[in-house]
Amino acid sequence: MRLFLFIFKRDMLLAIRRRRELANPLVFFIMVVSMFPLGVTPDHAFLAELSAGVIWVTALLAALMSMDSMFRSDYDDGSLEQLLLMPGSKVVLIGAKIAAHWVSIGLPLVIIAPLMSFLLFLPSQALPSLIITLLISTPILSLLGAVGVALTLSLRGGGVLSSLLTLPFYVPVLIFSTMAINAAAVNQPVSGYYALLAAFLIVSILLVPFAVVAALRVSYN
Amino acid sequence: MFTFLHKFASPQYFYSWSASWQKWASIIAALLMSVGLYYSLLNSPADYQQGETVRIMYVHVPAAWLSMFGYMVMASAAIVTLIWRIKVAEIMIAQCAVIGASFTALALITGMLWGKPMWGAYWVWDARLTSELVLLFLYFGVIALSGAFDDERAGARAAAILTLVGIVNIPIIHYSVEWWNTLHQGPTVSKFDSPSAPPSMLVPLLVMALAFKAYFFAVLFKRARAELLLRERNTSWVKALLKETV
Repeated sequence: MRLFLFIFKRDMLLAIRRRRELANPLVFFIMVVSMFPLGVTPDHAFLAELSAGVIWVTALLAALMSMDSMFRSDYDDGSLEQLLLMPGSKVVLIGAKIAAHWVSIGLPLVIIAPLMSFLLFLPSQALPSLIITLLISTPILSLLGAVGVALTLSLRGGGVLSSLLTLPFYVPVLIFSTMAINAAAVNQPVSGYYALLAAFLIVSILLVPFAVVAALRVSYN
Repeated sequence: MFTFLHKFASPQYFYSWSASWQKWASIIAALLMSVGLYYSLLNSPADYQQGETVRIMYVHVPAAWLSMFGYMVMASAAIVTLIWRIKVAEIMIAQCAVIGASFTALALITGMLWGKPMWGAYWVWDARLTSELVLLFLYFGVIALSGAFDDERAGARAAAILTLVGIVNIPIIHYSVEWWNTLHQGPTVSKFDSPSAPPSMLVPLLVMALAFKAYFFAVLFKRARAELLLRERNTSWVKALLKETV
């Protein structure tokens, strides 16, 4: 636990020192969402129908874009190797890094999502479910993204490849989340979807850090 | 026993015993394929609703089964790679991925050709089509990752980790897509106690499925042997082998 807090604090401090970089995925999120009315139609009803999917796909892309920052700078300056050589559980260490990454990237996405829902006329009764699905699922995005990043860390141009590896794994998250939002929009029960997403989150928390540690071992070879 | 296994799986021994396996797998594949094709294309009834189009099924269904079977073989190779670091298993991963991706693509293409006259569209966003498409993406990921490393052994281990993450995810992806949208007909073969396909269609289908599996192993061994020679080109046994043949 002390190791977890130590790494978490260190990564949060680093993130706060580089706040401008943190804003980039958010700006990307806002920009892409605002491209859809321009590219598709400004029609109110049509956008409302599209909004859950657009917001979610854009959130996936924004999350993917920011994944590289999870290990990149620590890998480049060698501090990741030193951290991995420290005594203590590597799984906890990786878990702390992913948690810090989620707080610095995923949580801001959740916070500005209501703004996006106004831009795309998401029905107001669906707004709580948008926020809840993002809250449950963005940690899953960070966790699964960590695997892709860790596998491609030592490669040139690993960023694009890691997106290719990660995106298929995001399919269930996308499906359950948008189904929940669309169900909420027509006042259908949604708790089943939340339960499925939460189950996916728990399984990811339990399994992913091990996969990331194994992947980092390959990257350091 | 483990020393025996290690010897059995060492590149040199693998190269010598896999030659006959490859030969027999090819022979079995050729025999079953000719029997299966004869029955499925010429000597089986046309469907009362689908007409002659049903014959696409005899290629489509075995290809779709094989696309999943290939992933299972790849995952087994991945486990062996991560635990015992056996070179032959490392080679198998990328080769399985290439063959598996080909059969996934074949299943998708034959499905599209069947879908046009039957459903009126080449592509619909149906659960099985979508999960097959995602499976194809997973194969692409494994192929891309295993080829991206300068060190082939590191690439194989990275691909092995990705394969195993995939095997945990595939059921989740499959069921999530299933709930999302389904149009594809339900399984007609897996209900073994009372299959809803008549024997005149079921038998050619199963023969074709076995033929495809044999073909899979024939190609897998062939590709693995070629890749093995390439990777082990600086070892003494490959040099000796080359001297013998030249």
